[in-house]
Amino acid sequence: MNAYENAVNTDGLTRKFGDFTAVDQVDFYIPKGEIFGLLGPNGAGKTTTIRMLCGIIAPTAGSATVLGYDIHKQVKNIKKNIGYMSQRFSLYNDLTAYENIDFYASIYGLNHGNKKQRIEELIDQSGLRDYEGELSSNLSGAWRQRLALACAIAHDPPMVFLDEPTAGVDPVSRREFWNLIYQMAGRGVSVLATTHYMDEADYCNKIGMMYKGRIVAIASPDTFKNDQPGVLVQVSMMDPLKGEEIAEQVSGVMGAALHGISLHITVENKEVIPTLRAAFDQAQLIVDEFEIIQPSLEDVFINMVEKQMQQNGRSDSKELVQ
Amino acid sequence: MPKKSGGYRRNAWKEKLILAVIETIDLHHRYPQQKKGQWALEGIDLKVGEGEMHGLLGPDGAGKTTLLRILATVKKPYQGEAFVQGFSTRKQAAKICRIIGYMPQNFSLYPDLSVVENLNFFADTQGMEKRNKIERIDRMIEFARLGDFKDRRADNLSGGMKKKLALGCALIHEPRILLLDEPSTGVDPVSRRELWLILSQVVAGGVTVFVSTPYMDEAERCHRVSILYQGAILTEGIPADLTSNLPYEIVEVRGKPRKITRQVVKELPSVLAWRPIGDRFRLAVRKPEETIQQLTTLLNEADVEIKLLTQSRRTMEDVFIHLVDAERLKQ
Repeated sequence: MNAYENAVNTDGLTRKFGDFTAVDQVDFYIPKGEIFGLLGPNGAGKTTTIRMLCGIIAPTAGSATVLGYDIHKQVKNIKKNIGYMSQRFSLYNDLTAYENIDFYASIYGLNHGNKKQRIEELIDQSGLRDYEGELSSNLSGAWRQRLALACAIAHDPPMVFLDEPTAGVDPVSRREFWNLIYQMAGRGVSVLATTHYMDEADYCNKIGMMYKGRIVAIASPDTFKNDQPGVLVQVSMMDPLKGEEIAEQVSGVMGAALHGISLHITVENKEVIPTLRAAFDQAQLIVDEFEIIQPSLEDVFINMVEKQMQQNGRSDSKELVQ
Repeated sequence: MPKKSGGYRRNAWKEKLILAVIETIDLHHRYPQQKKGQWALEGIDLKVGEGEMHGLLGPDGAGKTTLLRILATVKKPYQGEAFVQGFSTRKQAAKICRIIGYMPQNFSLYPDLSVVENLNFFADTQGMEKRNKIERIDRMIEFARLGDFKDRRADNLSGGMKKKLALGCALIHEPRILLLDEPSTGVDPVSRRELWLILSQVVAGGVTVFVSTPYMDEAERCHRVSILYQGAILTEGIPADLTSNLPYEIVEVRGKPRKITRQVVKELPSVLAWRPIGDRFRLAVRKPEETIQQLTTLLNEADVEIKLLTQSRRTMEDVFIHLVDAERLKQ
């Protein structure tokens, strides 16, 4: 095995398709044993980035190393040493859970003696013991996901790529899935996950926010949330539509938006809240509750996208909705 | 009390003073391939008040789509009754169709028709008058922010735009009740936010909205939620009540080095349960102040640099995990 410090290290990684720049000078690194999340809307360039790192497509410019191997010159070594779980995991529906893992283990060239032991290990780790004889088509979404992970790591790779691993899975199953990932990371396995579900990104050690081919920011989830300007207040009130209108007139209010049945207002600081309260009173709007809440990663992300749009001018916003 | 424009009568939904516009009684459903004793829906008793935004929360396969299909009269229940605005879904389906808007989970539009043509078609199927129709189509296009894409064929729209158009089609005849099956699944965050903004406006206009979602964070935007799991409703109520009824509080901690932090958390008796989230640990505790104090001392003794140590908001995700864990223990 290669000696390496960072499981992934990219330097100006770029990929163009004709005139279109799908990935634009992306720089990031993943220390060994860390979980890095690539976050962004559909079409931001997440999958293209992963495919370059897996050696499936070549970059137009820039370079990168994966597990210390160069993606230009040592693609074979990379492919042998990584696991990849795609969004639509490719399980064989007419094989049982056990047979699926067996099949993948064979593809990865595990020899007979090792293979049996490894399969047993994988089945125990992923909690599939009660389902090993079940056809994979009969498994529920959450179990299929675990099976797909077991298949992807049959050869015990030191680096794993996960493409939207837990989309549509309930919180309990998701917690269990991430426990598996954390166990792997604890053994020194590095992970790159992509997602457009913000609450999933919370599970990563570090996040790179991707927008239109570029990484616009990299930080830990906590840092992202703490670095947001202003204070976010959730207001439960009658007639939040009117509330939104009034809040926007109050000085010190940075923005207001309906959030389901309540209203989210961003204020410059806590001192603005009494003014806001007075404005609502004056308009005879009855307020149930003012609550200061931490912005979610979705709030952070949308703020960031809006900032980018402002920098790029209005024409950009149309492309975004596409 | 002064009547507010289009608003919801204050707190009325909390006490259920309002007439139930959606009601199910001991609703059961079973698919042919299911064995005896297995149910897709098992004894659903549900009441949704007028003007309420009601979230139906549950994982894939919980039975959300089946329940919505029964309410939309697409499917007849195996057993039990469902009423929409007092009409029976078994016997008065035609009446129900006039007053509801239904947006199924999968794309329900005509891919080879444009945005305007789709809206026009749905308006015609609802028998709308011409003058009324044109005005309403314009309003829906504005509402869904599709003004720049009026003439684009539906199959050339992005996922988020398709969902917004489908919502526009479901709303075209100004239904008083809107049934939505996972409107935000597979939609990126920017479109998801837009979609919810539209829904918020619809509810502010007094429409009753019944919406299913696998995302727990969306539940907190509803007046009331029902949590559906394996065909049965585990709990129902106001989001804030559900979270405050949890028998524990949440503390979050992040320390450097992480390994030692984890060890300390693991060994602390006042921690009932814990799970890692990124670099943080999320702990269930009875007395948050006490645990925070204990952790401060222990982590300092262990030379851990405390990056974060605070009481945290209890979320619908905590509620869900708590209920499902309890359910699994029973089984």
